[in-house]
Amino acid sequence: KTRLDKLCLLNQKVNVQPHAAYALMQVKCNENGKARYRSTYRPFIESFEETPMLVAVLTYMGYGILTIFGYLRDFMREWKIEKCHIAREREEQKDFVPLYQDFENFYTRNLYMRIRDSWNRPIYSVPGATFDLVERSSNDYNWTFEYTGRVVKDVINLGSYNYLGFAENTGACATAAGEVTVKFGVGMASTRQEMGNLKRHEELEKLVASFLGVESAMAFGMGFATNSMNIPALAGKGCLILSDELNHASLVLGARLSGSTIRVFKHNNMQSLEKLLRDAIVHGQPRTHRPWKKILILVEGIYSMEGSIIRLPEVIALKKKYKAYLYLDEAHSIGALGPYGRGVVEYFGLDAKDVDVMMGTFTKSFGAAGGYIAGRKDLIDYLRTHSHSAIYATSMPLPVVEQIITSMKCIMGKDGTTIGRSRIQRLAENTVYFRRRLREMGFIIYGNNDSPVVPMMLYMPAKIGAFGREMLKRNIGVVVVGFPATPIIESRARFCISAAHTKEMLDRALDVISEVGDLLQLKYSRHKVLPSLDRPFDETTYEENEE
Amino acid sequence: MYFHYCGIPILIFFCERVKIYRRNNAISHNKLLFQCFYNRCSAPAYHLILEGILILWIIRLLFSKTYKLQERSDLTEKEKEELIEEWQPEPLVPLVSKDHPSLSYDVVTGPPSHRIIVNGKECINFASFNFLGLLDSERVKLKALSSLKKYGVGTCGPRGFYGTFDVHLELEERLAKFMRTEEAIIYSYGFATIASAIPAYSKRGDIVFVDEAACFSIQKGLQASRSFVKYFKHNDMEDLERLLKEQEIEDQKNPRKARVIRRFIVVEGLYINAADICPLPELVKLKYKYKVRIFLEESMSFGVLGEHGRGVTEHFGVNIDDIDLISANMENALASIGGFCCGRSFVIDHQRLSGQGYCFSASLPPMLASAAIEALNIMEEDPGNNIYIHKNKCILPSSLIYGGFCRTPGLKTVGEPLTPALHLQLENSTGSRTNDLKLLRAIVDYSLDRQIALTLARYLDKEERFLPPPSIRVVVTVEQTQEEMEKAAQCIREAAVKILK
Repeated sequence: KTRLDKLCLLNQKVNVQPHAAYALMQVKCNENGKARYRSTYRPFIESFEETPMLVAVLTYMGYGILTIFGYLRDFMREWKIEKCHIAREREEQKDFVPLYQDFENFYTRNLYMRIRDSWNRPIYSVPGATFDLVERSSNDYNWTFEYTGRVVKDVINLGSYNYLGFAENTGACATAAGEVTVKFGVGMASTRQEMGNLKRHEELEKLVASFLGVESAMAFGMGFATNSMNIPALAGKGCLILSDELNHASLVLGARLSGSTIRVFKHNNMQSLEKLLRDAIVHGQPRTHRPWKKILILVEGIYSMEGSIIRLPEVIALKKKYKAYLYLDEAHSIGALGPYGRGVVEYFGLDAKDVDVMMGTFTKSFGAAGGYIAGRKDLIDYLRTHSHSAIYATSMPLPVVEQIITSMKCIMGKDGTTIGRSRIQRLAENTVYFRRRLREMGFIIYGNNDSPVVPMMLYMPAKIGAFGREMLKRNIGVVVVGFPATPIIESRARFCISAAHTKEMLDRALDVISEVGDLLQLKYSRHKVLPSLDRPFDETTYEENEE
Repeated sequence: MYFHYCGIPILIFFCERVKIYRRNNAISHNKLLFQCFYNRCSAPAYHLILEGILILWIIRLLFSKTYKLQERSDLTEKEKEELIEEWQPEPLVPLVSKDHPSLSYDVVTGPPSHRIIVNGKECINFASFNFLGLLDSERVKLKALSSLKKYGVGTCGPRGFYGTFDVHLELEERLAKFMRTEEAIIYSYGFATIASAIPAYSKRGDIVFVDEAACFSIQKGLQASRSFVKYFKHNDMEDLERLLKEQEIEDQKNPRKARVIRRFIVVEGLYINAADICPLPELVKLKYKYKVRIFLEESMSFGVLGEHGRGVTEHFGVNIDDIDLISANMENALASIGGFCCGRSFVIDHQRLSGQGYCFSASLPPMLASAAIEALNIMEEDPGNNIYIHKNKCILPSSLIYGGFCRTPGLKTVGEPLTPALHLQLENSTGSRTNDLKLLRAIVDYSLDRQIALTLARYLDKEERFLPPPSIRVVVTVEQTQEEMEKAAQCIREAAVKILK
């Protein structure tokens, strides 16, 4: 208990010293030939290096040139000088109001289409540490693809959200899911409230609650819908939702469907959040000045495009001070953070009871599908009766439920092995190693040191496609992202580190990234990297034996 | 107020000027200027200073802001703190009473198939939407299993980021071929399909004409689109035409605006809440007359209506290209998970970048896609035969099933003979929804004890746009035999007689 107490104390001081939260970290060390875990605290380090001025100017110029050429080509298409590949409206419906505004698809037609091959690459195997890709080629500049019939084998997978490596087709999870498939089939053909509530669903929910350390939980069939179909049950007219500017589309949609007033605070910026909270309570609702019914803060654990971790201790302090409610979306952080994989709450050594609504998905760390909401019993009881998902959506298929139960038990060590524990450890090590090496190479890396989502800045639009293609040529699958998923000049590549990656794979990937980085001149960073310390910040390090 | 303050200095200033003027009265006009200057120089110093101050004062008054009648009422920090201290929010969720009718779910042990174990009692399933009985198909299960052995369970990513599997592409192609459309797109959740498709096209300012009986996912899609929604009476084409005409008149007033307002009609093929079929041929006529696009939700009719199970378009012999978008879920007839939209590439392809549930959600687990492919295989195998109609015709005419339920005293059957999911409503409501639901629940419980699994149709009372009356939903599948159906009808009759008196 002392470990947690001490950490809680540390994190409570956050009020006094903003920007100093402490994360709990466990380091494996060998002592007398025996593996031991050592608990340490480390400061919370996040960096978002500024875009170099020259790069920013060149990026804007790049978009400018693309836009000019876009207009030129649209003009040529209009006059039938250039062949037009765009699907057309039916002749019978030519006189209808156009389905799309012309400018709506300008970006798709003239920018996205040039590099379309970097996305939607079909895969042909398990999305594990390596995967096989279906080879495709295009003879008309990406307007259509042809499948060559060949398969690109053993591509290192830096794209899937397979944090703990549970995307497997062998092993305990796949076996259990297979048995259930044969016995139960895959469909459910009914909703939870009607005839689709199986015993196994309820067992899953109990397990999720005990994993997270809360009273009760409820599981839903789709992660996206968990947000968009449950937030409306929690907030409504006269309520205020404070949402981080970089929140996922599902949170935004849920907030919008709820009918509440939505205000947006700057990403992970506590001053901005506090100002909104103060103003909201002091001024009340717009025009009528009635007090707000309730205030709900929506945040994510790890932001999947920035790689940043929410400043949870500060958010909880603010939430308590202003009597707001906190909705924490742990889509990317559950399983991937914390010494026992219990997400961002455990990462900071906080109490799960301080978070009112714990939401997360099973898609990522558990290698399954769906999402959950966990919290106090009265919250879950209310959702059982009022969640849109429980009443109108088909319940979760059983093989998926089985995959979650087996993988979660593995993470909790309930299967009698230490597989789960060592995977969490491995992921943490891989993350720190990979991020450190990239920074040393001189790339600009965004986000928190402990976040397994590693965004690497590309900036210029031409480099988005080039980086994706050059990496694939060298048998590495990466995700590249540009506008509108990111701000217009902040195009990036995103690596997702997995516990399934071996050191050799990471080293190979890093060598290739460095090579392509030199080729495309991506090493923008002007920060000097200090020689890395093998041991983390150890002022408060103390030893603790486990196992 | 303003003049009150600035008037005094102006008055003083003019007095001074007049004094000087009088002193210079005798001097001729052309010398005035010089004289003025001279006087100024010779005037006593205090005069000059006073005038200077006065001039500066006037300038200041001219350029300064006018006085506000009211003083600013900014809150002090202390007052703010008090307000924050005083504010008491409502609880996050209201307390749910322990005997809330939908708090404790019926628990199913074992597979949710034709024979189902509900609350420990083995029953015949009249509640799941497993119309074609494909949920229990060994072939589907084995196909899913072999897919599991190849791909694992999860996809670990959205379609764009390595979440597209070859089976997804195959399923999309197969669905498009089956429905005879150019393209199909799959979603990982049935509910999210139409709810994502509508806002992909219909934006703020556009107009959507919707049937009042439209299901909840359509309502949510409309809400997400922020479009202008006009509801017409259920299946009432005259009412729809009235609304369309109204809009036409509106358009003539402002033709410039009308040229950019998109219009859509959103209907269900077979209404889940009303159990009847939409008059599609009339809708298509209206579509071309008023130039409105039609979105058709076919979750209940896909695999059930039409000679090959292609749904309402085939049922009415309507050209499928006349419908702009067809959406259906794969959770009922196909007995898998997820949903799909199909139509012309011009329309469907847009969702690959604009369908929120498609872009931002993890893709459908490949084993579920494989299961859907195999289910499609089974549906296609017997050319010219819709299994649903075919089997039901072999066993007993559907009208007989319908008739069986119809003859129940105290209950009225809602729905057309062709529909696979009927509603049994109370003939005479007690006047309160809660009591009605209690009575119907008693019938369900009575049947559960006698091996007939039924369910109440559940709704969110406060969220539904037009709340359907309480009902028991009876689902007719191909697996139920004549005896079982007669038994069910018999059982419901008994229950009705006993409970409704």
